Amino acid sequence: MLNIEIDGKATQVAPGTSVIEAAIALDIYIPHFCYHKKLSIAANCRMCLVEVEKAPKPLPACATPVTEGMKVHTASPLAVGAQKGVMEFLLINHPLDCPICDQGGECQLQDLAVGYGASASRYLEAKRVVFHKDLGPLISAEEMTRCIQCTRCIRFSQEIGGYMEFGMINRGEHAEIVSFVGKTIDSELSGNTIDLCPVGALTSKPFRFTARTWELSRRKSVSPHDSLGSNLVVQVKGDRVMRVLPLENEAINECWISDKDRFSYDALNGPERLRTPRIRQGGQWQDVDWPTALDFVVQGLSDIVARHGAPALGALVSPHATLEEAALAARLVRGLGSDNIDSRLRQSDFRGDAHAAGIPWLGMPVAEVSTLERVLVVGSFLRKDHPLVAQRLRQVARKGTVVSMLHSVDDDWLIKVAHKSIVAPSALVSSLAGVVVAAAAARGVAAPAAFAGIAPTVAEKAIAEAFTEGKRAAIFLGNYAVQHADFAQLHAAAQALAQITGATLGFLTEAANSVGAQLAGAVPQAGGMNAAAMLAEPRKAYLVLHAEADYDFARPQAARAAFRNAELTVVLTPFAQGLDDADVLLPVSPFTETAGSFVNCEGRLQDFHGVVKPAGDTRPGWKVLRVLGTLLKLPGFDAEAATDVRALVTSGAADLMAKLDNGTRLALSAPVAAPVDAGQGPGTPAERVADVPIYFADPLVRRSRPLALTVDSRPPTARMHASLLATLGVKDGGEVRVRQGGGEAVLTATADAAVPPGVLRLAAAHPSTSHLDGLSGPVTLERA
Amino acid sequence: MNAPSEFLDYGPDAVLMAGLTGSNWRLKDYEARGGYEALRRILAEKTPPEDIIAEMKKSALRGRGGAGFPTGLKWSFMPKNYVGDKYVVCNSDEGEPGTFKDRDILRYNPHAVIEGMAIGAYAMRANRGYNYIHGEIWDTYLRCEEAVEEAYAAGLLGANILGSDFSFHLYNHHGFGAYICGEETALLESIEGKKGQPRFKPPFPASFGVYGKPTTINNTETFAAAAWIARHGGEAFLNLGRPNNGGTKIFSVSGDVARPGNFEVKLGTPFATLLEMAGGMRDGRPLKACIPGGSSMPVLPGEIMLQTDMDYDSIAKAGSMLGSGAVIVMNDTRCMVRSLLRLSYFYFEESCGQCTPCREGTGWLWRMVHRIEHGEGRMEDLDVLNSVSDNIIGRTICALGDAAAMPVKSFIKHFRDEFAYHIEHKRCLVDPYV
Amino acid sequence: MLSADLTRKIDRELTKYPPDQKQSAVMAALGYAQDEHGWLSTDLMDAVARYLDMPPVAVYEVASFYTMYNMRPQGRFKVTICTNLPCALSGANAAANHLKEKLGVDFNETTADGKFTLKEGECMGACGDAPVLLVNDRRMCGHMSHAKLDELVGELSAAADRGEGRPGFDPEHGIHVK
Repeated sequence: MLNIEIDGKATQVAPGTSVIEAAIALDIYIPHFCYHKKLSIAANCRMCLVEVEKAPKPLPACATPVTEGMKVHTASPLAVGAQKGVMEFLLINHPLDCPICDQGGECQLQDLAVGYGASASRYLEAKRVVFHKDLGPLISAEEMTRCIQCTRCIRFSQEIGGYMEFGMINRGEHAEIVSFVGKTIDSELSGNTIDLCPVGALTSKPFRFTARTWELSRRKSVSPHDSLGSNLVVQVKGDRVMRVLPLENEAINECWISDKDRFSYDALNGPERLRTPRIRQGGQWQDVDWPTALDFVVQGLSDIVARHGAPALGALVSPHATLEEAALAARLVRGLGSDNIDSRLRQSDFRGDAHAAGIPWLGMPVAEVSTLERVLVVGSFLRKDHPLVAQRLRQVARKGTVVSMLHSVDDDWLIKVAHKSIVAPSALVSSLAGVVVAAAAARGVAAPAAFAGIAPTVAEKAIAEAFTEGKRAAIFLGNYAVQHADFAQLHAAAQALAQITGATLGFLTEAANSVGAQLAGAVPQAGGMNAAAMLAEPRKAYLVLHAEADYDFARPQAARAAFRNAELTVVLTPFAQGLDDADVLLPVSPFTETAGSFVNCEGRLQDFHGVVKPAGDTRPGWKVLRVLGTLLKLPGFDAEAATDVRALVTSGAADLMAKLDNGTRLALSAPVAAPVDAGQGPGTPAERVADVPIYFADPLVRRSRPLALTVDSRPPTARMHASLLATLGVKDGGEVRVRQGGGEAVLTATADAAVPPGVLRLAAAHPSTSHLDGLSGPVTLERA
Repeated sequence: MNAPSEFLDYGPDAVLMAGLTGSNWRLKDYEARGGYEALRRILAEKTPPEDIIAEMKKSALRGRGGAGFPTGLKWSFMPKNYVGDKYVVCNSDEGEPGTFKDRDILRYNPHAVIEGMAIGAYAMRANRGYNYIHGEIWDTYLRCEEAVEEAYAAGLLGANILGSDFSFHLYNHHGFGAYICGEETALLESIEGKKGQPRFKPPFPASFGVYGKPTTINNTETFAAAAWIARHGGEAFLNLGRPNNGGTKIFSVSGDVARPGNFEVKLGTPFATLLEMAGGMRDGRPLKACIPGGSSMPVLPGEIMLQTDMDYDSIAKAGSMLGSGAVIVMNDTRCMVRSLLRLSYFYFEESCGQCTPCREGTGWLWRMVHRIEHGEGRMEDLDVLNSVSDNIIGRTICALGDAAAMPVKSFIKHFRDEFAYHIEHKRCLVDPYV
Repeated sequence: MLSADLTRKIDRELTKYPPDQKQSAVMAALGYAQDEHGWLSTDLMDAVARYLDMPPVAVYEVASFYTMYNMRPQGRFKVTICTNLPCALSGANAAANHLKEKLGVDFNETTADGKFTLKEGECMGACGDAPVLLVNDRRMCGHMSHAKLDELVGELSAAADRGEGRPGFDPEHGIHVK
């Protein structure tokens, strides 16, 4: 440790610490613009110049490492003189248009100008004007004259986003921040640059000119989207959510949020909100009041249970529903005598259920991802499914962590991936088995008998051998792995690899409350039917919570048919959806209008309150379920508050964690490459790989209008290897007919070298593909 | 002038540029002049690298690019036991207004630089090198490409040079028009294929240079001198000049002289002698002012210059700096405001835009000088000019900020009455010449 | 977009740098691309970016930072004359004025026949040869008296008539043609 003194305060800091870091630790504020703790040091704004004894000139605190005995003065006449000098330079070309600037009130330049600026300018010359830029639907760059060239946005795009989308062109006074000519900013983390911009150059396009920062109330919340559970500040004016910002939590989202977290709020105020209960009678939808609707549901459910028995009832709970909603839905279904409930709506292989040791989870705290030395990610569209987990891996990969990838498409994660095995879906298990065999050989232990005869490929060996070094290792199964047709064997093989290598086995888990829904009992527990079975053997009545048949199920066609053909399908949803298939729509709150909680991938329960009043007649889902339970005269529906419901699930945090276990007792079996079975109609057979595009993934985000304008929201194309296109006789950009399970769709075909031969990559969760059978499995293709 | 007339005339004291005709630049010519003898001897004798560095220190060779840092000392900063590539980089990005010596070295004596770099690489245990050549001198770049090819072909560059275990891979990198790349860390960024924006130091290039590898950067003339020192010894070089100012120095004399050009003289040669070598003042007009070390250095009035010797210490004592050895001479018809205006425009144009004081300040300075020159100045502007200059000096990442501000301060200091005249009479005294 | 000749030149440059530092060749690549195309269009920068595995905006940064890259179409011959102080003291201003008069254009303008673009340059490191100018970034001419300027303009004009020089500015369509 080094002894230093800042403004007379003595302290000890580690070698390599910068003066500004040491000052922050001492709670001494040094003015700055370009410095950001999560970004590389640029030292370009020069605002943090301080006096260092024995140095001939003031030094930038951000870029000056401490040395033994260093004495720093942050507010001496020399330091303040330098800081004021810099402030004057920053202001001479700044438009000083604070009254019409969205950043006004939360502007670092404005704040520091109060302390370091002069009341009158000595600058008599003409000011610089910088032309505005179109950066896409999310970031407004209409007033680039305000930019102070701190380059935080550039460094963010390079370092955190993983791809340099921003740059600074020209030089000197003409230097300006741009994207490449005509290009928008497309990173799934792009909105963070709005927060990073210390002035009003980059502002939020959807929020632009809608409110002043001081008019907004700040309410804490938790992201309802991916499994990270990013902490949010939801800003509210009256009863309207105006914008969403990150709430810093180093253990989870650090200081970032994804664009999905940030911009999905638009859907809360959108035209598709369901504002009143609806019942379909005689084929016509009618708005009704709550008593009517609830009575209809109670009568219907009672009648069906009476006539067909309780197992005729099934409940399908979105993993984006709150813990409380899931808990009461489970209680209600079980109270009626059925164990048919599931929240794993996009999963198709449940053969491992009987052998599972517990609820799948990350296997470690999120923050620990940043300390891993060896990582294998199996079956994940990592960057789009888990943007901030990808970000953590990006950072450690840069520092030497070996990240490997086993997947069915060669997705660009914008991470330095060391080794890759990219194989067709039907070969995924055998490729993982190859890694297991290679790992066993590298460790000098016997390979599992079931994998006898498997010869690892070069890539599989490389992946396996990476695990021979490095202590902290993990194998993560992604959403695609869990949705895979052979998930149970993938799971078992991954466990075998973890045992051989000593790595931790983890699941990235799909949604905000994937773990919580299972904790809350939204999975079969006593021989009930899982999600796939409930659709394969249709029920007479369905209770659907927050899910949409078209987009949220492994097999949308089957879901639609089941709902439509059931005698009663009750959908609890914030949106007017399922109009073709449901019988009752009950408007329930999105996350901003209800108290609730989510359990994220690391098993952390995070609760939140409603931040605005429910829209129209919308009611919190847990309250609706409580009333339904009461009306059905079921026991245990007397909770007064969301916290009471939560307590039903969480009898202590320790118990909660005890239920999380990634182990499986399923025996390994020899991988069989499933034959690419035609039978899907005429044409060339292929295997389907489906991603769930980031902005179609859940009911809220898929209704955000700004996000709908992004590149990630473009309609999916049928992506395949050029060899498959050639077989089909279809040109890149031509049309192809895809058949699957009796459904078909005509789509634009795109040549994609990242897709293995014989594979169709076609996204799910989109209207253009929801008439196909499912996320995986055989398809046939022909020229359209 | 004792050189035969067919030789390029760099003056009687020339050693680095002695015997050059303009066409005897090839390897065989250089070897005929004794070139590569030093490198051959070092490799044959397996001279300890430390001995070469000691010889450099003895020579009192100081960096010829502008900063004047002792070369031997700089070479000693390179980490000795680093595993991996180490780089030696030659800064031939000669763009300081008034400086044009490196171009002559490169086009007339390129192998001297190659040999100097190879010896430097040996001394610093470096295995790779780049010669960064100014964008505007394409034909000189092509010549360097040819010279490097010759050296590779002769086994003087590449793997296992002359059968030894010393390997040194040298390449030329061509710039494309940015003065700032003459700043050593901007130059490194440029080699990496980026904008030439200087890096803040620390870390210094010796620990984190090109591609993050240990790197030493020296000027073209420095490497040429290093080759000479390796051959003739440090003491011989030192004795050519003065203590702490060893050797000869090539001065580029431009402006109002009868015969602008490069002259290689012993450090310590009186300015008057140098002026005489350049043919004296053009048309015999009186000397008004001189910038003795390139446009970034403070200007000095003629009468001070005429009493000054051309070495680092003497010029510093007179109130300026030797810099790159670019001597810009101005006669009595030149307007000091107009001259400053052109220089201020240059720094405004060439600021990389990275850090605030330079990006914003160079434009401010230029605009104020512009107003004064065009009769729209106010007397307070002179104080503002000084104060803005002070707010730039020492506050920027690299020295370009200082380079922009120091001429402003020195022009006002020495020629304040001319600025005052412009402000009072709302006009310039002379016809525009810039 | 990148001709075989161009990629051959870029490939030669790539041999100068470590294999994982392809970006180092971007300056040379853009220079040769400019020789062939006359200026650096968005498509051309994008093609260079793809060839060197660089984000396009990083190529754009480089192209716009160094002054000798042309970010818009130029005449067949770009004549850049240094007017910095040392050159100015030796008649650069008069030489520039002579060129402006002779070509009928100001700095940063292209002659109506698309043959010449006149640019003001900064120090070229050849102050001893003042006045100094540069033709199409590659050819330096020194000691440019009025007579030598006239001679040069005549020579280049004739060359432009023969279709030499860089793909130039088409005065009728405002686009460059080969």
